[in-house]
Amino acid sequence: MEEQSLEFTKEDLQEIETIKAKFPTDMAATLPVLWVAQRRFGHVEAPVQRLVAKTLDLPDSHVHGVASFYTQYYKNRMGKYVLDVCTTTSCQLCGGYEMLHYLEDKLGIKAGETTDDGMFSIQSVECLGACGYAPMMQITNDVYVNHLTEDKLDMVIESLKDGKMPKFESVGMPHFKERKV
Amino acid sequence: MAVDWKSFTPVLIPDIPNLQDIDVYIKNGGYEALKKVVNENDWSPGQVINEVKDANIKGRGGAGFNAGLKWSFMPKPDGGPRYLACNGDESEPGTFKDRKIFEYNPHLFIEGALIAAYAMEVTTIYVYIRGEYYSWIKMMEKALQDAYDKGFIGKNICGSDFSVEFHVTGGAGAYICGEETSMLESLEGKRGYPRVKPPFPAQKGLWGRPTTINNIETLANVPGVINNGADWFRGIGAESHPGPVLYGISGHVNQPGVYELPTGVPIMDLINDVAGGMRNGKKVKALIPGGSSTPVLRGDSLEGVSMDADSLREAGSMMGTAGMIVMDEDTDMVETLWRISHFYHHESCGQCTPCREGTGWLEKILLKIRNGEGEIRDLDLLLDLTTQMEGRTICALADAAAWPVRYTIERFRDEFEARCKKSVHAVA
Repeated sequence: MEEQSLEFTKEDLQEIETIKAKFPTDMAATLPVLWVAQRRFGHVEAPVQRLVAKTLDLPDSHVHGVASFYTQYYKNRMGKYVLDVCTTTSCQLCGGYEMLHYLEDKLGIKAGETTDDGMFSIQSVECLGACGYAPMMQITNDVYVNHLTEDKLDMVIESLKDGKMPKFESVGMPHFKERKV
Repeated sequence: MAVDWKSFTPVLIPDIPNLQDIDVYIKNGGYEALKKVVNENDWSPGQVINEVKDANIKGRGGAGFNAGLKWSFMPKPDGGPRYLACNGDESEPGTFKDRKIFEYNPHLFIEGALIAAYAMEVTTIYVYIRGEYYSWIKMMEKALQDAYDKGFIGKNICGSDFSVEFHVTGGAGAYICGEETSMLESLEGKRGYPRVKPPFPAQKGLWGRPTTINNIETLANVPGVINNGADWFRGIGAESHPGPVLYGISGHVNQPGVYELPTGVPIMDLINDVAGGMRNGKKVKALIPGGSSTPVLRGDSLEGVSMDADSLREAGSMMGTAGMIVMDEDTDMVETLWRISHFYHHESCGQCTPCREGTGWLEKILLKIRNGEGEIRDLDLLLDLTTQMEGRTICALADAAAWPVRYTIERFRDEFEARCKKSVHAVA
């Protein structure tokens, strides 16, 4: 039933045309169009995958293969904010797991779960490429939050509850005279 | 001879405010190298390739292959499309440098890629950035648009007859897409399965056409070589592995971060003088020099070892991406190795059996040891597994998974044995 209501907006379709123009084949647009879909619907469950396949005139199986291969596509519905805590080597060394467990206790859920109110999901993820700013996390495939502490996590959670995403944190190069904020 | 790194002034990411702004970049000499090669008759594509080859820029993505030589593998143009694919996937644990170029000096990379495209007579450039770097993808989109608006990209660049299109595209979370052929598959809109080589991408790359893949930092070195000459570049840092490098230093140091210095800086100087010393004054127990796949070195073997291919080879490791992970004396090597193995198991694309199964077994056995249920013979089983994985797969992910296991056990065997002796099965 829900499948019938799934449609891209006119703006989405324009964006998809712009994406297609970058490549010699429409298949090449699979990843970017799955992103467009995930931003529109919040996930890429099977009906969304079929919509992407139809829009690009590709086999459903191809889009499913791609969507399931890449970790950033949500194959299930997630909370409004997905907290991806990095626990790979550098973050592990600097307290990534401690931050993950703090969040789990605070929100009363385990990694891989979503709070009952649908507000937060937590995931333990592989290296996000912010090793020097460990421990860190990413919020819903968007902003990175570096140098995590329990206090900082408290603040971030409070501000997300108010619907405010943290701002992009620019960590300057150490040789810069002034550390950019 | 020790490299004089203290007097070095950064060239990849100089301390110039707002250099990401195209006008600031131009005011500071930006795009002069591009104008030079496309407009001056003495810079034929072949001459650009020769200059870059002479400079001996070793690929900064980890493999360390001479960039100019790689460019020279492109076949002669046949009128059809040819591609340059810029690798900004950057997913190897410990590596977080290319995003600094996207953020602070994106036009240096864009200019380098354009010069590379001119040299290889490429028609379209793609920059592939890992999906997690959403903020940095946005920065690159802005920088590319600015460069289009100024006429540095597109038709008849700077009034010459050189034309090229340049697009940015993002991944969606897969370490394997940093492997060059896997990145091509991903760019074509597929799962990131590495391709069998040969044919090499220069012969059959994107959509079956000639393609060269270069790392972002590698390309960012190109404008400097054109402006100042190959000799200038070769005069920086270690003789056999020259140039500036973005060192990513993470782990148990006081001031982790990305530092631009010449190649060949002694590791202990990087830890003590550059990165502010060890946290809490502890000793270095272990160091991974260039991303998690490069063999771990013992802290007591670092004296006299410098960050360049020769010195690291002698010490039993590799330069990789120069993403150094520093571990202090309190680090549990069993726990650390288990986490690294978990990473490679998670990231194996599953195409080749020795990798798909092998990475899983490595993780399982290490988990058993970590949980105190290991036996001494498990260590030999792990080493045996690594030999059965290395060199037996389409790409090097199996090797990247095997090396940390092999070298961490070889170099910290006592610690693993001690954990095994605590086994619940032990009788004495």
